[in-house]
Amino acid sequence: MSGKRLRVNPITCDGRSLCAELFPERVRSDDWGYPIIDERPIPPHLMPAALRAVADCPKLALRIEAEP
Amino acid sequence: MIEPLIPEPTGGWLAGRLGYGEAGESLSRHQAALGVRPSGSAEMLRVIEASGLRGRGGAGFPTGVKWRAVAQRSRGGAVVLVNGVEADPVSRKDRTLMGSRPHLVLDGAIIAAESVGAKQVMVAVNRGAAPARLALASAIKERRERIRIELIDVPSRYVAGEETALVQFVNGGPARPTVTPPRPFERGVQGRPTLVQNAETLAWAGLIARRGHAWFQSLGTPAWPGAVLVTVEGGVPRPGVYELPASATIVDALAAAGCADPLVLQAVLAGGYFGAWVAPADGRLLGEVGAGVIVALPRASCGLTETARIMSFLAGESARQCGPCFNGLPAVASATAQIAVGRARAADLERLRRWANQLSGHRGACHHPDGAINLLKSALRAFEVDLTAHLQRGACRGSQAPSVLPVAKTSDGWR
Repeated sequence: MSGKRLRVNPITCDGRSLCAELFPERVRSDDWGYPIIDERPIPPHLMPAALRAVADCPKLALRIEAEP
Repeated sequence: MIEPLIPEPTGGWLAGRLGYGEAGESLSRHQAALGVRPSGSAEMLRVIEASGLRGRGGAGFPTGVKWRAVAQRSRGGAVVLVNGVEADPVSRKDRTLMGSRPHLVLDGAIIAAESVGAKQVMVAVNRGAAPARLALASAIKERRERIRIELIDVPSRYVAGEETALVQFVNGGPARPTVTPPRPFERGVQGRPTLVQNAETLAWAGLIARRGHAWFQSLGTPAWPGAVLVTVEGGVPRPGVYELPASATIVDALAAAGCADPLVLQAVLAGGYFGAWVAPADGRLLGEVGAGVIVALPRASCGLTETARIMSFLAGESARQCGPCFNGLPAVASATAQIAVGRARAADLERLRRWANQLSGHRGACHHPDGAINLLKSALRAFEVDLTAHLQRGACRGSQAPSVLPVAKTSDGWR
């Protein structure tokens, strides 16, 4: 299965930590509030949470990347 | 000076028999020694691919693959960007090479340009490397080329030599890394496919173009063909830049610099500030030592103190763009310094290890945090006994020893 993965633009990211709250299955925060992302493919049942995290990021720093 | 330590015919190809330490080699002298420059072409690209040449800037990426990727996208409009920035404070091999054999580096750049379909060559040099810049400037004037060659002075910042930082700087921005993709081979200088290639790598290409891929392969191993330039610094009798086969080991490089018995040393920093502390008799090949930097740590020194100095430098060299880097590295540097001066407890070490794990795994736009953290982790392994002693009994006597690392200047801006 071609995986869809969560990616962060580390320059745009401001460390607001919303993603870690909205999508704890794939995101946790480091000691400074910046996301440590588990880049394994996102299974379908987690996709709504992933999309929510992407949409609600105040810096629009997240995206879902389709692997070829 | 580059010291051609290995006797002919296996060495001294770059270091050669010509006058090093003087001004840069003239065009007539260069051509008298090597003949005129062969032309770049699709065939030449195949020769470079067959040679197995790998980048000498630190990452060791196969050069032929890189040239091919740019050639496929070029449509005659690619750019060749010679990376002579050499930002690691220890490394001197690229500036030494550019300063003594500028025409060989330029040969490689033009051959690359003709092979990938580029009409423009840019040579990026660190502002701190004035002699290399002078040699290149006069070499460029001597040549009659159809391809335009331009010199670029780059700020003396550690991350300025990272290829996306270099491209952004050439495009008129700050010398800070950008997110990828796109990589420069896809979209670089003025949006064109751009071949960013280390200066030493291009010098080898200039020789492979003349002597063939079989010659190059005969110098090293199948995985690491050719020879390499290595800067050897620290506790050795004759620090300097040496040329050795890529199949030579760290022990051979130490011997070249006059240290016959590696066991008089405590450890070796292999690969510069993004490298790793390893045992002095470590068997790894020079080809595998990224960026060709070796620093010998004497037994009387404190590896933790030296590591704290490096971490502090690297923290200060963050481009301050990515949170994990500009928050994490200063915290890690100060925790390392606390251990070095003997003011840390076991809990501080635990916290440092946690931070090191959090900051691993490509958390930034570039490899700056990864390089720094890899170095730190290697120090925690290599100096494990000292670590316990520092936590239990405070700083060791070696903490007072003078640093074996060069004093690094960090005052330059980003433009």
